[in-house]
Order: sequence, then C-alpha cells, then structure tokens
Amino acid sequence: MATPTTNGGDGVKANSTIAGNRPLKDLNKPTNVNLIGLSKTDYKGLDSTLCNGCGHDSISAQIITACYELGVKPEGLIKFSGIGCSSKSPAYFMSRSFGFNSLHGRMPSVAQGALLANHTLQGIGVSGDGDTGSIGIGQFIHLVRRNLRMVYIIENNGVYGLTKGQFSATSDIGQELKHAGKNDLPPIDLCREAIVAECGFVARSFTGDPKQVVPLIKAALAHRGTAVLDIISPCVTFNNRDESTKSYAWGKAHDERVNDFGFVMSQEEIQVEYAPGEVKEVELHDGSRIVLKKLDEGHDPTDKQAALRLLTEAHDKQQFITGLLYVNGDRPNLAEVEGLGETPLAHYQQDKLRPSRESLQKIVSGMF
Amino acid sequence: MLKDLTAHTAPNDIPTQPQAQMPAPRTLVINDFSITAATKNGSGSQTANGALLRALFKMGIPVSGKNLFPSNIQGRPTWYTIRVSKDGFIARRDTTEIMIALNPDSALEDHQNVAPGGVFLYADDIKLPVQRTDISYYAIPVKEMAKAHEADPKLRTYIANMVYVGALSHLIGLDDKEIEAALMFHFKGKQKPVDSNMKVVRAASAWAKENLIKTDPFRVERMDKNEGLIMIDGNTAGALGAIYGGVSFVAWYPITPATSVADGLNDYLPRLRVDPETKKPTYAVVQAEDELAALGMVMGAGWAGARSMTSTSGPGISLMAEFSGLGYFAEIPAVIWDVQRMGPATGLPTRVSQGDVLKAYWLGHGDTKHVVLLPGDPKECFEFGWRAFDLAERLQTPVFVLSDLDIGMNQWMSKPFDYPEEPMDRGKVLTGEQVVAAKGFARYKDVDGDGIGYRTLPGTETPLAAYFTRGSGHNERAALSERSEDWENNMDRLTRKFETARKLVPAPVQDIVEGAEIGIIGFGSTHPAIEEARAQLEAQGIKTSYLRLRALPFNDDLSLFLAAHKRIYMIELNTDAQVTQLVRLHSPVDSPKVRAANHNDGLPLTAHWVVEEIAYQEIKH
Repeated sequence: MATPTTNGGDGVKANSTIAGNRPLKDLNKPTNVNLIGLSKTDYKGLDSTLCNGCGHDSISAQIITACYELGVKPEGLIKFSGIGCSSKSPAYFMSRSFGFNSLHGRMPSVAQGALLANHTLQGIGVSGDGDTGSIGIGQFIHLVRRNLRMVYIIENNGVYGLTKGQFSATSDIGQELKHAGKNDLPPIDLCREAIVAECGFVARSFTGDPKQVVPLIKAALAHRGTAVLDIISPCVTFNNRDESTKSYAWGKAHDERVNDFGFVMSQEEIQVEYAPGEVKEVELHDGSRIVLKKLDEGHDPTDKQAALRLLTEAHDKQQFITGLLYVNGDRPNLAEVEGLGETPLAHYQQDKLRPSRESLQKIVSGMF
Repeated sequence: MLKDLTAHTAPNDIPTQPQAQMPAPRTLVINDFSITAATKNGSGSQTANGALLRALFKMGIPVSGKNLFPSNIQGRPTWYTIRVSKDGFIARRDTTEIMIALNPDSALEDHQNVAPGGVFLYADDIKLPVQRTDISYYAIPVKEMAKAHEADPKLRTYIANMVYVGALSHLIGLDDKEIEAALMFHFKGKQKPVDSNMKVVRAASAWAKENLIKTDPFRVERMDKNEGLIMIDGNTAGALGAIYGGVSFVAWYPITPATSVADGLNDYLPRLRVDPETKKPTYAVVQAEDELAALGMVMGAGWAGARSMTSTSGPGISLMAEFSGLGYFAEIPAVIWDVQRMGPATGLPTRVSQGDVLKAYWLGHGDTKHVVLLPGDPKECFEFGWRAFDLAERLQTPVFVLSDLDIGMNQWMSKPFDYPEEPMDRGKVLTGEQVVAAKGFARYKDVDGDGIGYRTLPGTETPLAAYFTRGSGHNERAALSERSEDWENNMDRLTRKFETARKLVPAPVQDIVEGAEIGIIGFGSTHPAIEEARAQLEAQGIKTSYLRLRALPFNDDLSLFLAAHKRIYMIELNTDAQVTQLVRLHSPVDSPKVRAANHNDGLPLTAHWVVEEIAYQEIKH
C-alpha cells in the first residue's frame, strides 16, 4: 500500500509535499529539477484537444508551473473535474497524478468522498461556469460549506462551448452571442457565492496573467480548506468578442487588481520588493505565507464584509477585479471535523475494519 | 382509588358491557391469534406495542409485530398488529381477534374489523353508534387512569398507552415481569421511566381484574420456542453487517424507510470502530445534501479504496441513476441499500413494496446492469451487509441490497447473526511494487478472463500507478477513446464480468418436494407468508416446492427449478410483476408455465392471499 504523502486534516503542521526536505540554502540554486528532484516534464499531461488559444490551456500550464515550483508530489495529488471543456483539462496536466473526470456538476461530491477516503492527498478540481454555476451550484455551495481541503478552479468563460455556444449562469446581462441571441438575466458571481458559503480562500484572476495566477494556485494549495479560484478564461470560439467581459481584449484592458501578490513557502525567507506599510502578510495553515501589496482600493482580504462590498460594487458596474479577495484559515476542514487520524480510511485493513467475534456476541446478547 | 375510578367511568353509547350476549367460551384459544392496537401517530404507542411484543416473545411464544403507520409525524391513525403463533408462523394476518381501540377517528372501522368471536378493548370515551353481538367489549377508563398516575399533562398521552398494556395483560395472561423486562430494554436500563410505566401497567391490570368479566377465549401460555432467538429489525441488522464488513465511508440523505440504516451506523460505529491505538475513528459518516451527492461521495470514496456505502429508498434511487451508471462503467466498488417503499413517485412512503427491482437492476442509461442482493430477513440483512462489500470490491462495481420496509423497520424474530467466517475480499488491487515489477498496468484489461481488471488506489507511490477515471469511452489503458473496437471490447468485457458475478452472488435457497408439480418462487419479505401458505396447501394435499431468490443476476439453480416443475407461481409485491418478467427473460422456454402472483396493497403479505391466489389460478387454468 502507498504511504501518506502529505500531512492531512489532523491539524498538524508538517513537511508537506509543498516544501519537501531540500535544504534552504539550495533553494536559490539554478537547477533543472525542483525541490523533490523532479523536472518540469514530470508534471506534463497529454496534448490538449481544446481549441487553439483556449484560455483553459494556459491555466493547465499555470497549474504545472505552480506544482513544479512548489515541489508537489504528483502521486500525492488527485485531479478532479466535472463535464465540459474545462473538465477535460485535467488530462492535460500532471499525468503522474490520479484523475477522476466525473459527472456534470458533480465533481464536488466525488472529491469529498475521495479526499475523505484518503485525506493525506491533495486535490485540484477543475470546473467551468456551467459545471459550477448551473448544474453544479448546489454541490459547489455544499463543498465550500464543508470546507474540504482542495483547490477548486473555475475556468470561467461565460459560455457553453462543448454544446456550441449557449449562455451560462455567469454570462453578462445584455451580452449577445451568435446563436444564443441576447442574454436577459444577470450573472451569478461565483466568488460572492463562495464567500457567503463561508469559503476561506476566494480569488479571481485572468488566464492571460500567469504572474497572478501561479502564486494564487500556490497559495490555494497551501490553504487549510476549500480554496476557490475563479479564473476568467476566454472562449476563443464562442465568446471572444471584444465587448464581452470574458474576452482576451476586455480582460487585458479592464483587469483591475485589488492587490499584488506573492507566495512564500514555509521554509523560505520573505524577500519582497514592496515598500514597508504597503505590505500585508497572511500566514496560512501550513506555515507558508501570502505577501500582499495593497493597491489603490486598499482592500483588506481578511475582511469579509469588505470583500463582499468590493465584489458587489464591481458586479453592479460590470467591473473586472482580480486578486485575492478573501482569506481566512480559521475554519477546520472536513477531515478535521470528522476527526480523522493520520491513517487514511482507505488504508485500513481487516484487522482494524472488522470488530472482534466477541464484540458481536456481546451486541447480540444485549439484544432482546 | 381504582374502585373510585370505575365509578367515574364516562357514559357512552354502549350502555353496559354486553357480556350477556357473548356466552363464556367453551374452548380456549391459546397462543394463536392477532392483536391490533389502533392509536394516533406520535402518541407514544410504540413503547406500549413494543413492550407487548417483547413480553410475548420473552414468554417463549413466536410473535411478529408490524407497524402500519401513516406518513405523518403526529395525529393520523396508526395500527400495530401483533401476531401470536404457537406454530411459529410470523407473517401478517388480515384477521384481528383482539382490537385495542384508542383512536376515536378510526374506531368505527376498527370496530367493524374485529373477527367474529373477537375482542374490542377500547378507551371508554369512544362512542360507537352500533354494537355487535358476536364480540366481547371491554371499556377501559384510559384517560382517568393516566391522569391519576401522571401529573404532567404532557406525559399523560404517553402513559395512557400503558393502560391498555395492563388491561390486556390481565385479560390474556401476560406475565408482568416480562413486560417490565421489555420496558427495561426499551428504556436502556433506566429504572425511573420503567417504574412509572410499570405502575400504570400494574394498576390497569388490577383494575381489569376487579372490574372486567372475561368473556373471550384468548389466552397466552408460556412456551419454549424462542430459545436463542433475538428480536431485531432489518435496518439495524444491515447497519451492523456493514460495520462487520468494514464499512469506512458512509454518505446518506434522510428518507423513510431507510433512515434507520444510517441511525444504526451512527449508533454502533463509535462503539465498534475506533482504532484502539490512536483513538481515531476508522470511518466517516457524511449526511449529504441530497441523494445525488450521497452516491457521488460514495463513488469517490470507493474509488479511493474505502469500503463505501449509502442507504436510500425509491425516490433516492431515481436520483442515484446518474452515478450508478458511472459506477458501472468506470467500475467503482460501492454498496447501495434500497429499503423499498411503495412507488411510483412519492407513492406511499410508509408502506411496503418490492417495486424497485427492475429499476435497481438496470439503473443508469445505456446498457447498464447491476448486481442486486435480496435479503429475506434481518439475519440475511446482516450477512449481505458485509458480503456486499466483498462482492463490490471483487467485482469493482456498485452492488445494490434491496431490502424493504417490512424487513427494514419491523421487529422480526431472528437467529443470532453469524460472525463472517470468510476473510475480507478486497479484490484485485495492485501495490506500487507490483506495478513497478510489471512495468505498468492496464486498468481495464481482462488479464484473468473473468472480465475484472486490476486497479490501483490514488496515492500509490510510483509514477506508473496513476490512471484517469472517466465516464466517457476508454481503452484498456484507461485512455479516452472513441474507437468502435475499443468501445465494443469494453462492453463485451463488462458483460463477461456480469457472468462472473452470476457465479459469485448468493445462490437461491430451495426446498424441492418430491412429486410437487407446483413451484413457488419468491424473495425478500414475502418469505414468512409463503412458508405458511405452503403448510396450508400441504394440509389440503397440495405439494409445492419453493425457491427463494437471493440475488440478481440469476444462476442455473433457477433454470433447473423451472424445468423441474409444471407450474411456477411468482410471488412478489408490485404491480408490474417485475421479477416474473425477469424470470421469463431468463428462460423463455419456461415462460408459458411461469405465472405472475403479484400483489401490491402496501401491506406485508399474508399466507391467506398466497393460498387463495394459487388456488384461484389452479382452477382458472
């Protein structure tokens, strides 16, 4: 049987897959391998079958970069997805990891079962706006509410691509699409939904901005519970007209950052270029830290009301804000709530799973 | 004081006890009758009825208790029928010899339903417009006695039920001590509630002795027929079976009549399944947001290597269709308990049916077929509780256990559960070392010719161990494939795997009678009614053989049984004769002699119905 690769939900800070055991002095050495001795090709997936220029492929590349740079052990991570273009993408990164491409909108339930059966593994789920915002919104909210430790990425393009261009629940009001016509309904803001459901890590970013996406994924991997990343990912085929808020041109022109962002592993020293006073530091559950440079709005990502206010204002003005919107690692994750020990449930064998013959006799004799 | 109470007995439409019309019985009827308590739902009569049932059981007399209750929390009519049977027959009977009427709303109907020569024991504030001359009446001052014994008005309704227990115990000769023992069990050894209830029982018994003149023939006497037996419901038994089967992950959503499976798990898991070294649970139980999520979680956990289960009933099964199909096609072990209730739609949530058989067997779109286990009593619920995991992991597929409301929620006499003698079968799981030695593996390749591939578990520490699980078409190496030959190969292998399942599932239990032309086939909770019907038919000189199915898919035993009999009666509780259809499909050549004998009135089957149905069809054809 496999042995646990990371420390899971027992509330213990330990050497996780994220840092590995490489001496600190080696961290800055230029090398072709990462902390755990793997090269970037060890994180590769299959060739993508998505459209050329699809934003989702950039996100796959950014997941690879984040996991490679952190030294995440591929065998210690499970990839999950639902159904849709986005949900195909786990095949296109980290082939050495187990993957479960589940049902439309049902990835959260599969992930909860798998990561409770083995809570020592990490999870990255990749979903889309249809998968999360429509058919799967119930499971999404309940996943967040239970605070399963996993990274939940929404590759949000505001359109159903695989079925050729219908509106999704995150499409803009008034938006026009070639086949679907005009959208008369307001979009659901999945970041707001996540915060309201007590999510402890909520960020929004743009697939064309790897400098922001990569550290967000790293920080999300270090978060104690469910980390939701809503990444705007233009659909080059069905939703890339310049006036769409989910297009490349719009994203490039309107991306308003609420903070600049750095992720620092637990063994690293903080070396940031930000001037003192501009910097806010947030320590994550595993000892790693997020270093934020506040921008004009002065958003404090530990302030839930501020995050909701910011998102609501942006939503009403159809503004596109990116960055770490809310972070709070206080709430125990699902494995902690279940009181699980170090051994994954999946590793117990008959000696621990089948109570003794005497215990059955005792129960039966206690019956009437 | 008790004397005073009788003086205050409220007047009612029955002027006096009409004992004059009922001559004293010439022959006593000992240990062979049925008692029905008609009460209001939520009035606490469960405690009283349970005490009666268990007291009779402790007197060594074979009994069964069936709760016929509404889908309601409080106030609607509910009936509890206890069968006392010296011959050991525990199926429900239609006939009630002793009616205990506490509910004015149903009293009229209850009054009519008493068998001629029977007893109407009623709360004296119930008004009846007519009276019968062929039954005995006993009016009991239920409210006054309750008031006299319980100061708290909130508890009076509950304690009132003990008045009829006490009165009845005097009339039929129940042993007080056994009632006390039953209450002690019910209140988990807490002396105080036992004492307060027993005070009422004894007072009511004493009152009955003083004030009632027995005019009916029904009595109980001690027997020794229940030596070594227990009283248990199938849901608790199934939960215990699952625990001894090593269940380590449970996700469920509340639904009648399956909720008590989860209750049983939540009750016993903390006692039985805490790792003695680490003091940590070796299980997790999650109440899901709905049945879709429940089975999704179970699939995730089963895939990751935990012994994983859910419990539900018909409406939940409908919601689980999506994940059942995925589980079949992606080949994920899981155990799904369906405690069947009456459908379609919301149907009759508190009434029994065997109407989910076809649905479960083929649950999922496309070509999907599942292994289905059919327990016939609580003891088999325990056995299939653990065995289902061995089958699910061996076959890498969802396994359904189809119990029903009668087995699941009613109290049955049962032999004690047998400890599983077979070691757990964890199926074909490769370790990292094995994968490395073999230089990789193909997840869906039929290496052994039994249709079952080898799997690895997430977290297995070699780069070669991982594979990608999906519900879309795949080849032997689990890679996405839309090639026709890959699709056909995979479906052919799944069919081959189902043939393997046919050999592994529990075989039918058969009783072949020499010279019998009639064969009876049944499954599940109809067993007691069928056994009793066979005895009655035999008494009339009609020999029958019997095959009790215990699983789908069918095996060769069924074919042989069909071939060996001239007329086959399929006993089942549904409208569409579902298993009859399956049997005809299984053996088209025998189809003309396979006769549907299906019934679907929401109540546990009676032997009377079985005998009448077979007799009718024997004459008709």
